[in-house]
Amino acid sequence: MKNVNRLAPTLVMGAATLYFLVPIWWLLVAASKSRGQFTNTAPLWFADFSLVDNLRELFAYRDGVFLRWMLNSVLYTGGAALLGTLLAAMCGYALAKYRFPGREAIFNVVLSGVLVPATALALPLFLIFSQFEATNTFWSVFLPSLVNPFGVYLARIYATASVPDELLEAARLDGSGEIRTFFTISTRLMFPALVTIFLFHFVAVWNNFLLPLIMLGEEKLFPVTLGLYSWNTQVNQIPELRMLVLTGALVSIVPLVIAFLILQRFWRNGLGSGAIK
Amino acid sequence: MRPPMRSLSIALASALALTACSSGGDAEETTTGAAACAPSSGPVTLTYTTWIPGIENVVKLWNDKNPNIQVKVQTGPNGNGGTYANFFNQLKAGNAPDLGHIEYDALPSFRVQDGLTNLADCAEVTAAKDQFVDWTWGQVSFGEQNAVYGIPQDTGPMGLFYRKDLFEKNNIPVPTTWEEYAAAAEKVKAAGGYITNFSQSDISQFAGLSWQAGGRWFANDGTKWTVNFSDEATTKVANYWQDLITKKLVSAVPPWTTEWDNAYNTGQAWTWVSAVWGANSIKSGAPDTSGKWAVAPMPQWTAGGTVAGNWGGSSTAVFKGSKHPYEAAKFVLWLNTSEEALTALNKEAQLYPATKTGAKLPALSEGVEFYGGQKIYDVFATASTQVSPDFVWGPTMTDTYATASDGFKAVVSGTGTLADALKTAQTKTVATLKSQSIPVAE
Repeated sequence: MKNVNRLAPTLVMGAATLYFLVPIWWLLVAASKSRGQFTNTAPLWFADFSLVDNLRELFAYRDGVFLRWMLNSVLYTGGAALLGTLLAAMCGYALAKYRFPGREAIFNVVLSGVLVPATALALPLFLIFSQFEATNTFWSVFLPSLVNPFGVYLARIYATASVPDELLEAARLDGSGEIRTFFTISTRLMFPALVTIFLFHFVAVWNNFLLPLIMLGEEKLFPVTLGLYSWNTQVNQIPELRMLVLTGALVSIVPLVIAFLILQRFWRNGLGSGAIK
Repeated sequence: MRPPMRSLSIALASALALTACSSGGDAEETTTGAAACAPSSGPVTLTYTTWIPGIENVVKLWNDKNPNIQVKVQTGPNGNGGTYANFFNQLKAGNAPDLGHIEYDALPSFRVQDGLTNLADCAEVTAAKDQFVDWTWGQVSFGEQNAVYGIPQDTGPMGLFYRKDLFEKNNIPVPTTWEEYAAAAEKVKAAGGYITNFSQSDISQFAGLSWQAGGRWFANDGTKWTVNFSDEATTKVANYWQDLITKKLVSAVPPWTTEWDNAYNTGQAWTWVSAVWGANSIKSGAPDTSGKWAVAPMPQWTAGGTVAGNWGGSSTAVFKGSKHPYEAAKFVLWLNTSEEALTALNKEAQLYPATKTGAKLPALSEGVEFYGGQKIYDVFATASTQVSPDFVWGPTMTDTYATASDGFKAVVSGTGTLADALKTAQTKTVATLKSQSIPVAE
């Protein structure tokens, strides 16, 4: 009986792990094949190893536009996630720690923003940016990506729980200004929550495919997701692109994997402490 | 001409919702001056959105020689992958590019939503008509007088790609009629292969086959659309392929997948009735079969017939709201008719020209190694002149393709018939047209 109890979860976890890892394994294997072998060798095992050739071709294709896309993605997502986390933290902290008229109303508005999917906002944003003739610019993707209502929500909950009013009181008595208190004391106490917000935000911006699709026409501004998608829609006409799309997809998940590996320790803490509060 | 156009566009805009009205005003004003197709004073910068790979190298040839008409390229996914949706958004917002890449089957949807500038006022455009293969002009003028809603760019005349080596080895004559093709299918099956793969989701290929047989899916008498996917010719084509599917003489792998590439690469599929650009698809999808393919004219419905179908092809259109239709037209005429540009487009993206002289480009007169040195483009050059000029696309093709493709997929897994699937697609297309307030005759 005891063995069964242990076996069942292990099996379920094993199956889930397999389910999530097989596509990545397939991608790795597929990206390591030449075009001819890709179609006529076993899909889940290596043939002749030509990953290096594929990479070389990928980075050389159209004057290395792929590298540019990767850089754009890092700028859009990394930049927006960093700034957006700061904004969310400040906003959530203010809502948690200061009493002012309309506080709950503001919070409720922000909270309802969580319910609006980013996809639904892409077209209205496009029309607004059109009014300012600012479509097809870096800012048309970057600015809307800064906003993260869920982060505000998380920051407020966490600030309420982890930043004691007494501490802020003490800081004030010692003559620390509000801004200084926020950056030197509060952000440190809120750090696990900030990492969580950063990761959520990072993934959300990375996955927000529709906004750049609608906003951008200049290839040099594309994030890697849009660039690879564009190539993929041309595979019918230019089958050579298929291997570039596969190799590119493999390379494009590397930053995400790195971000998670580095930050998962904090994230686990953040999720755990959020759960018990 | 203008007032009825305007009322039509307003009727359609109501179905489109959103801000069509607020931004529509600006667009109207700018086109008033533009309608005359007069040259602008001073240097002009045009924006041109297309997904042709390597287009910037072609445009550079123009920009280097025309300092006063500079063209700026914008790109994105292919039309149905998002760029058409973007065009519609941009038309609503009033910031559409001057020029856009639009496939023939999508052109009517831009036309009914009043998104295109009629270039019939540009003398250079109307004068160029004779340079283009006749049927392509029908695709961009919709058979109307004084209407040119795009300049034909490339075409996809169809032919029969076949495995020369396998046909010879098994003593099967290369089919010249569809009857012979069906007979060959039996022999190929006996030899352990399939004569071809039925492309369940390539409705535009099926349209090309119907086009050849004389099927006409849409018609527009100036006020109302007629939709008919079950005319005699289309039904003949549907029943023909239904028979091959039922007898399991064709495979039914989803097209454009690795599985599909593999069927060609490993000699499982012996022929492909496809467009000129298919030459490159086979070459890249089935690299192991180099030298073993050849191209013959499309099989005919009557022995000795000379009718071809067309699959694909596109035009370059000037959007409503462009302030420089004269310069835009000038550039497009260079892009789609000059030997210099056509050669570059063919080199970068294997585009097959829509002009009569384009078929004689040096690059299209050479033998192709992958096809055993055969001068395959000669076959397509002939086919291009045999395409009937009166095939009209509907204004909601994306939707039509989707419903027809659902039906076709069900057929290859054993439910229903192709003819029924087409009838369903017809009913749904009519419903979609009505839902968009596009008048339909019944």
